[in-house]
Amino acid sequence: MMSYPENPILVLVDVTPAGEAASSTAALIGAASLIGAPVALVPGGAQSAVDAAAAAGASVVLTAPADAASLTVPLVDALQAAYRRVRPDAVLVSNSIAGRDVAGRFAVRERLAISVDAVGVSRDDEGVVAHHSVYGGAYLVDSAPTYGAAVITVRQGAVDARADAVASPVVEELEVEASGAAAAQAGPVEVIEVASSRPELRGAAKVVSGGRGLGSKEQFVLVEHLADALGAAIGASRAAVDAGYIPYAHQVGQTGVSVSPQLYVAVGISGAIQHRAGMQTAKTIVAINKDAEAPIFDIADFGIVGDLFTIVPQVVEALEARKK
Amino acid sequence: MKIFVLVKEVPDTYGDRKLNLETGLADRAAGDVVLDEITERALEVALSYADKAGDAEVVAVSMSPSGSTASVRRALAIGAASAVHIADEQLAGADLGLTAEVLAAAIRRAEPDLVITGNLSTDGSAGMIPAMLAEHLGYAQATALSAVEITADGASGTRAADDGAQPVTVPFPAVISITEALPDARFPNFKGIMAAKKKPLEVLLLDDLGVSADPAAAPRTIMTTVAEKPPRAAGVKITDEGDAGAQLVEFLVQNRLV
Repeated sequence: MMSYPENPILVLVDVTPAGEAASSTAALIGAASLIGAPVALVPGGAQSAVDAAAAAGASVVLTAPADAASLTVPLVDALQAAYRRVRPDAVLVSNSIAGRDVAGRFAVRERLAISVDAVGVSRDDEGVVAHHSVYGGAYLVDSAPTYGAAVITVRQGAVDARADAVASPVVEELEVEASGAAAAQAGPVEVIEVASSRPELRGAAKVVSGGRGLGSKEQFVLVEHLADALGAAIGASRAAVDAGYIPYAHQVGQTGVSVSPQLYVAVGISGAIQHRAGMQTAKTIVAINKDAEAPIFDIADFGIVGDLFTIVPQVVEALEARKK
Repeated sequence: MKIFVLVKEVPDTYGDRKLNLETGLADRAAGDVVLDEITERALEVALSYADKAGDAEVVAVSMSPSGSTASVRRALAIGAASAVHIADEQLAGADLGLTAEVLAAAIRRAEPDLVITGNLSTDGSAGMIPAMLAEHLGYAQATALSAVEITADGASGTRAADDGAQPVTVPFPAVISITEALPDARFPNFKGIMAAKKKPLEVLLLDDLGVSADPAAAPRTIMTTVAEKPPRAAGVKITDEGDAGAQLVEFLVQNRLV
């Protein structure tokens, strides 16, 4: 039997429908490296995903068979097999839709305590601690298991730590015994085309978001112009998503993505408390709105009361001029 | 067919939400509490199937303090036929593990065909309970459904997965969770509110469910520290007089944001 590094931290790598390691991988393994030695589990075992896990800092990469037609259960079976083999101090899983389901079922199956949506992890004298930002960033909370290994889901885009690449990782194929637990049958994922070179909303350093003030899907293009001039990702308020200006994947707030960028520009967004819950931890907030009483101005570092249809093109033009 | 719908009372996101800095628990007196909107949508999914199929019994299940009866009654007023309210003081501050164990025990007593939940609550936002329940109950699960069709022996729909939409089908018994893409719940009318007062509402304690809250019974997640972030202060606010765009660019340059 092979040996694993001391203080192993088991990381479940999310894989895309194509079998590639998801963009959350580097941060997950980076987080694991803060509290121990990352051991990655790569479902499907595609060479490119194994390489990505090693490049992100996993010295041991376990692979397991994947069954995309069966939802969640095969991944839980694989994680359980890996856990029993590695006996880690903690299990880190991405707080993605897929990751949450796997982590929840796994924690129940192995009777482990679970901490969700961590924005950071650390160690103290008693073991692994998860850090959380709750109620839309209004409170900071630490959590830990009373005993046993911690199962922690990590918020995407929240951890900046990165581990050094491992040139020649130990790669081991796991034998996984199927639990036979009832599972949903899943069809192919209709991948949302990322049509541009714009940064991904989660984890973006700059975000420009548009709200109902844009007035129409056609005029929402103004937000795109400003985002491109700044090199920013595109977000939106729920009102803009509900109005059909832009798909749900761009929704920032309580029921969408939570972002903590260096710069957040809110265009035509009034700043309902549910929207603020998803962006108020941004370092610098800029707001452009015609309503001087809009609540977004209460938290904006730089607020402009005025017509976004005249101001935004001016800003875009000035930014473009600076680049020349 | 028997459908259980999990409903949850949460602090109203339109008001201030506070945590008690000593206990780490939600301060329920700090603002209004409401039935979480996403759980009302889950209820609507069950009720619209019951309207169509005729033979479906819809039961609302909630784990909340004993003072939360009004929220449970609201689920009855919207249209659930009966409700189960798990209200035990020992559950204050219950972590996900204990919560899932308790809910699973309450569901197991009735052996429903289908359990419907919201995908994420607005307070804890864990989105973990549906999968945890499925594991406890041995049910299949399909989470994050943005469209759902229920038939006599299963459910199918579209899962809003991480990389895109995905068709899923699940045989009963099953746990499904739905997203806010699904319709708002019907509004309780006067007749519904009156009827709710007469509908069965069973109140359960941990002993009734055979679940122990003893910290030694299983590993639990505990909060070790709680701190409040200082509120953000407003900065500069100008009214556009033609040069606001230029001033904004100046601000961005000064702060090294461009």
